[in-house]
Amino acid sequence: MKYLDEYRDPVLASQLSRQIHKMATKPWVIMEVCGGQTHSIVKFGIDTLLPDEIELVHGPGCPVCVTPLETIDRALAIAGRRDIIFCSFGDMLRVPGSTTDLLSVKALGGDIRIVYSPLDAIKVAQDNPKKEVVFFAVGFESTAPANAMAVYQAKKLGLKNFSLLVSHVLVPPAMDAILSSKSNRVQGFLAAGHVCAVMGYTEYFTIAEKYKVPIVVTGFEPLDILQGIAMCVQQLEEGRVEVENQYVRSVTKEGNLHAQDLISKVFKVIPRKWRGIGEIPNSGFSLNNEYQDFDADLKFKLGHIKTLESLQCLSGLILQGIKKPYECSAFGVKCSPESPLGATMVSTEGACSAYYRYKR
Amino acid sequence: MCLAIPGKIESIEGSNDDILNLKGKVNFGGILKEVSLAYVPDAKVGDYVIVHVGFALSLVDQQEALKVFDYLKQMGELEELQIP
Amino acid sequence: MIEQLTCPFPIRQYPHVLLAHGGGGKLMQQLIEKMFSYAFGPKPVHGLHDSTVLNLPVSKIAFTTDSFVVKPLFFPGGDIGSLAVNGTVNDLAMSGAKPLYLSLGFIIEEGLSMESLWNIVRSIKNAADEAGVTIVTGDTKVVDRGKGDGIFINTSGIGIIEHSLNIAPGFVKSGDAIIISGDVGRHGIAIMASREGLAFETTIQSDCAALNGLVHLIIKSGADVHCMRDLTRGGLASALNEIAQDSGHPIEIEEAKVPVIEEVASACAMMGFDPLYVANEGRFIVIVPDKQCEKVISILKTHPLGQGACRIGSVSDAGRPLVSLKSFIGANRILDMISGEQLPRIC
Repeated sequence: MKYLDEYRDPVLASQLSRQIHKMATKPWVIMEVCGGQTHSIVKFGIDTLLPDEIELVHGPGCPVCVTPLETIDRALAIAGRRDIIFCSFGDMLRVPGSTTDLLSVKALGGDIRIVYSPLDAIKVAQDNPKKEVVFFAVGFESTAPANAMAVYQAKKLGLKNFSLLVSHVLVPPAMDAILSSKSNRVQGFLAAGHVCAVMGYTEYFTIAEKYKVPIVVTGFEPLDILQGIAMCVQQLEEGRVEVENQYVRSVTKEGNLHAQDLISKVFKVIPRKWRGIGEIPNSGFSLNNEYQDFDADLKFKLGHIKTLESLQCLSGLILQGIKKPYECSAFGVKCSPESPLGATMVSTEGACSAYYRYKR
Repeated sequence: MCLAIPGKIESIEGSNDDILNLKGKVNFGGILKEVSLAYVPDAKVGDYVIVHVGFALSLVDQQEALKVFDYLKQMGELEELQIP
Repeated sequence: MIEQLTCPFPIRQYPHVLLAHGGGGKLMQQLIEKMFSYAFGPKPVHGLHDSTVLNLPVSKIAFTTDSFVVKPLFFPGGDIGSLAVNGTVNDLAMSGAKPLYLSLGFIIEEGLSMESLWNIVRSIKNAADEAGVTIVTGDTKVVDRGKGDGIFINTSGIGIIEHSLNIAPGFVKSGDAIIISGDVGRHGIAIMASREGLAFETTIQSDCAALNGLVHLIIKSGADVHCMRDLTRGGLASALNEIAQDSGHPIEIEEAKVPVIEEVASACAMMGFDPLYVANEGRFIVIVPDKQCEKVISILKTHPLGQGACRIGSVSDAGRPLVSLKSFIGANRILDMISGEQLPRIC
C-alpha cells in the first residue's frame, strides 16, 4: 500500500536506529500517547532497536482502556434490554465491566452489532424503525468528527430511534494530568498523529512550555515512530523544548477546520473520568444542548450502577507510564487476554495485551 | 487510537454544497470502499486521503511524504562520509 | 460434474425446506431420492441401508470429522458445501492419507430456500469429484425456524494410508525447514467482505480447495515429511503455535517471507487484522529436513495450487516452545496464539 509500506523499510529503520544510538548520551524517558503507536512499537519490535538509554513508556492513548467502568456498566445495562440494537466498534466487545462484557451479553441474546463506522449505525436505525438503536461513541478526537457527523445526520433525518452513548476523551488534558503528577517520569512525548490531523497541534505549545517537555507529533509506521523518537531525543540532548511535527504528510498545525467546526457544533467539553486515573477536568465530550435528544444517558434513565473494579488490576498506573505490565502481580497469571481483569489487557492496543502477546 | 490508513480517491459523488452527502470511492491497495469526504471538500480524484472509520480526515501531502526519505538519504550520505 | 441447473426434485412445488423434510416420512424420502441420491451417486444394488459397508484395500486408515457453520453460506470463491468437502479432505491429507469416502450430515433450518439447498448440494458434488472422493452416507434433520443459520453441515471422512512415513508434530526435528504452499488470508477476508456492516468491494476470493493432490505429489517424491498442517481458523500463527507446543520445539519465522497478496494486506490494514491470524481454507505448511526444502518447494510449484510455495522459517533448538517472528523491520518478537476471534479495530 502506498504511503504505508515505504515506511516499513528495514534498511532505513536500522539507519534511524543507528542514529538514535549515536545521539543518546543520557537516559531519557519518552511516552507515546497513542494506543496505535503502542501497538506498532510492540508489533514491529521497534523498542528492541533502541539503545538502553531510551525508555519508552506507554500512555493512556487507548480510549477503550480509559473508558470508565461506570460507562461500560451503563453500556451493558442498555445492551441487554429487549428492543434495543446496540452498535459498537469491535474493540469494546471484550472489555470487562463489573460482572460481564458485551460479548457475553451477545451470547445471551443481546442484539449487539459490530460496525466499522458510526454511519453504519445510522443505517441500522433507519432499517429498524421499531427498535431503539444506540451507538457506543468511544474514541479520542480522531473519532469525534465521525461521531459528530452521525448525530448531525440523525437530527437532519429526524430519526427518533437513534442515540449515542458518549465516552469521548481528549488527549492534551491527559498529557497535562500525567505531567503534573508527582510520580511523573516522562521527559518527552510522541503526540498522537491522527488526533492532531483533526485538531492540529497548537494546544501543545502551552503544555511543552509549562512542563519543559519536548513534544513531537508522530505517525504510526515504524519509520514514523523511529524518526519521532530521533527528533525527541535530539531535542532532549540539545536542551530544547519545542513542538515539532514528524507526521508532516498528514498533519498541519491548524488541523482540519471543517472537522473542528462540526465537533464544536455537536459536542461540548466536560470533565471526564478516566479508568485507572480518575477525573481530569475538561477532558471529555458530551452532546450539546441542541442534540440532547440523541444522548443515550438521558434517554435511558439508568440510575446508579454499582461498579466493582478489580483490586489487583494496575491499569491506571500502567496507563500513566508509572508501572510496566510485568510489574503487575496478576500479569500472565490471573490476567490474560482470555480472562482479562482490566481494559489494558483486552484492547489490542492496551500495553498489557501488547506485552503479553509480543514479548513473553 | 485511530486506526487510519491512506487510500487513493478513484471517484467522487456529490458536491461541495452538500457536504453531508459528499462521498468518494477510495482505493486502499486494491480494496475499494465508500468513504465520506465531508471533511475534505476540496479533495480531487487522484488525491490520497487518510481514512478513519469511514471518514477522510486529511489529505496526504505527497511532497511532504517524501521528506522523511530525503532526511534519511542525507543521514545515509553523512554516515558514508564518516566511515574511514 | 453437475452442470445442469434443473433438478428432479420439484423445487417450484417446495420452494422452502419444511420441518417435514427432516421428519422421516414421504417428504424426506422424496428429498433424499430426488436431490441427494440424484447428486451423489446411484442407489446401491440392495437398496439404501442404515449404514454403508466399505471394502478398504489397506488396514491403516485415517479418520476425521468436522462441522461447518460458516456465515454467509455463499461467499466469493466458495460456499458451505465446498468448504464441507475440502475441509475434511484436507484434514485427511495432512496425515498423508488418500481421502476416499465422506459422510454428509445436514442440519437444515426450516425455511431455507430449496434453490440454495440445491446449489449447496451441487457444490458438494463438484468439490467431491475434484478431490476424488465419494459421498457414501448421510443424514438429514430439519430444525425450527430461528434455530439454525440456514444450514449446518458435518462431514466425516475416511482415507487410506499407503506410505510408511511418521507424520506428526512429535517427529519434527530442530533445523527442519517450514514451507508454506501459498499466500495467506484470502478466505477470512472474502468472508469479511461479504458480511454486513464491514462490506467493502474487492475481487478477493476464498482460497477454498482440496490439498490432497499436492500432498500426494510430495509423498510420491519420497520426501521425508515430518509434519503437515492445513491452515484454517486462527491462520498461520495458530498452526505454528500448535506445532511448537505439540512438538516441544521453538519455531522461528520471518514476516517478510510469508506471502500475502496486496489486497489481503490492505483489507487487513483497514480492519486492523494481522494476515498471520486470518483464516485460510486451501493452504498448508509442510515441515521437512532442511536439505530437502528446495526439492519439496519445486515439487509444490508443479501443481496449480502450489505456485506460491516458499520457505518461511525453521524449527529451532533451544528455548521454550514458542513461535518467534522477525518483523518487517528486522526486529524480533513473539507470535502468539490468538484468543477468541479477531475483531475489527478502530482504535
